[in-house]
Amino acid sequence: MIDWSLVIFTFVKVVVVFACVMLCVAYLTWIERKVIGHIQIRVGPMYAGWHGLLQPIADGIKLFFKEDIIPRNANKFLFILAPTLSIIPALMTFAVIPFGDYTTFFGLLKNPEPMRIAELNVGILYIFALAGLGSYGVVFGGWSANNKYALMGALRGSAQMISYELALTLSVIGVIMISGSLNLVEIVNAQKNVWNVVYQPVAFIMYLICGIAELNRTPFDMPEAESELVAGFHADYSSMKFAMFFMAEYANMITVASLATTLFLGGWHGPFLPPLVWFMIKVFILIFFFIWVRATYPRVRFDQLMKLGWKVMVPIALANIFVTGLVMMLLN
Amino acid sequence: MIKPLVKGLWITLKYFFSKPITVHYPEEKVGSFPRYRGLHIIGRKPDGSIKCVACGLCEAICPAKAIKIEIGELEDGMRYPKTYILDGWRCIFCGLCQEVCPVNAIVLTPQYENAAYKKEELILDRDTLLKRGDEVKI
Ligand code: SF4
Ligand code: SF4
Repeated sequence: MIDWSLVIFTFVKVVVVFACVMLCVAYLTWIERKVIGHIQIRVGPMYAGWHGLLQPIADGIKLFFKEDIIPRNANKFLFILAPTLSIIPALMTFAVIPFGDYTTFFGLLKNPEPMRIAELNVGILYIFALAGLGSYGVVFGGWSANNKYALMGALRGSAQMISYELALTLSVIGVIMISGSLNLVEIVNAQKNVWNVVYQPVAFIMYLICGIAELNRTPFDMPEAESELVAGFHADYSSMKFAMFFMAEYANMITVASLATTLFLGGWHGPFLPPLVWFMIKVFILIFFFIWVRATYPRVRFDQLMKLGWKVMVPIALANIFVTGLVMMLLN
Repeated sequence: MIKPLVKGLWITLKYFFSKPITVHYPEEKVGSFPRYRGLHIIGRKPDGSIKCVACGLCEAICPAKAIKIEIGELEDGMRYPKTYILDGWRCIFCGLCQEVCPVNAIVLTPQYENAAYKKEELILDRDTLLKRGDEVKI
């Protein structure tokens, strides 16, 4: 017996979350351009709408009407598959992110409804699995175009993903040990009084660094590296395929920020304001941080990147797990 | 290693809160400096006729070969340019024509907004240059 109301409700939630995420992705480009502009004492987009507010829409329309080029020597199937492969996992991760506690929408609903699409008891694993899947988009995109720059970008991308995904996952293990669950909602509930960042400051910083590396953003934007590799793995993409890579990047940015909020910053917990607002404030601050970092640091060299990953991040993460375990054992 | 990283972040944050120095160009203008070399004019004599005596020096010196003159002569033996074509597209605004002109007829102006939609708009003949002389402030 299927509970139809549940099905409909979930569907509505999926649509709402999808729309909000797409809107956020579009406006993240605007925020990014504005913030970077102001950091460089410029003003950023100014003319499309009030202070350039319609810029993302104008960009979207422009990209829709661009010619969609597929290089003659490209592997057509993989070339088309790659952008899809990077955007779908990026959007699917939002299924398990808990945006807030139970809500009745100001008394509109009889039974309080949880503010998340699904409550998976292996939420973190699900997100990391999808993040791993997303890197295939980069690899296929770079390989299928049959272009040496793109191939170099893809190679660097895959090497970077492997080394940083490891450190990223290891940095989260401390949190999982403390809260004793892989379920994101339970992790948030465990932080009701004290945020995990207090217990796990090292893990938090490592998570941010590895998160930026995972996102392929400056200073770790090796797969794109426009000064050396033209545009890296998406050098041959145009039109909406290019836009899909970009949307995936920004959606991933929201994912990494939301996950950091959930794991380290107490999720939706916070005084006075409604849970959803708290969640959004925290996510926004983290996203601002990512943009800020991008505007500040130059790109690191590739060998330095690998060195940082394997010789610094992974050992620190392992040490962090060890110390966490030791302290937990001593306290109990 | 950490200190310079934090310092960098601090500097960018400081700039984030400082006032942008952008000039919103079509609405606000910086203007050009007095000695800027922009699009030319040709001046008039006090009696209103063209100053140029068609000596051909500007045509000869122009490194971009932007000037073409056809020489005409009045009854009293005075030379004047029958046609005077200045190709604003070819011109590199070196200012040599102004420097070489014995009667200070051709002068570069500080006018800097010289973009045009059509090439023809920047090919200036004698009368256009004279008219510009009446209009453009030097
Ligand atoms: S400014 Fe220089 S290039 Fe231009 S017309 Fe005069 S001499 Fe020729
Ligand atoms: S503009 Fe001056 S230099 Fe050129 S032809 Fe006339 S008088 Fe001679």
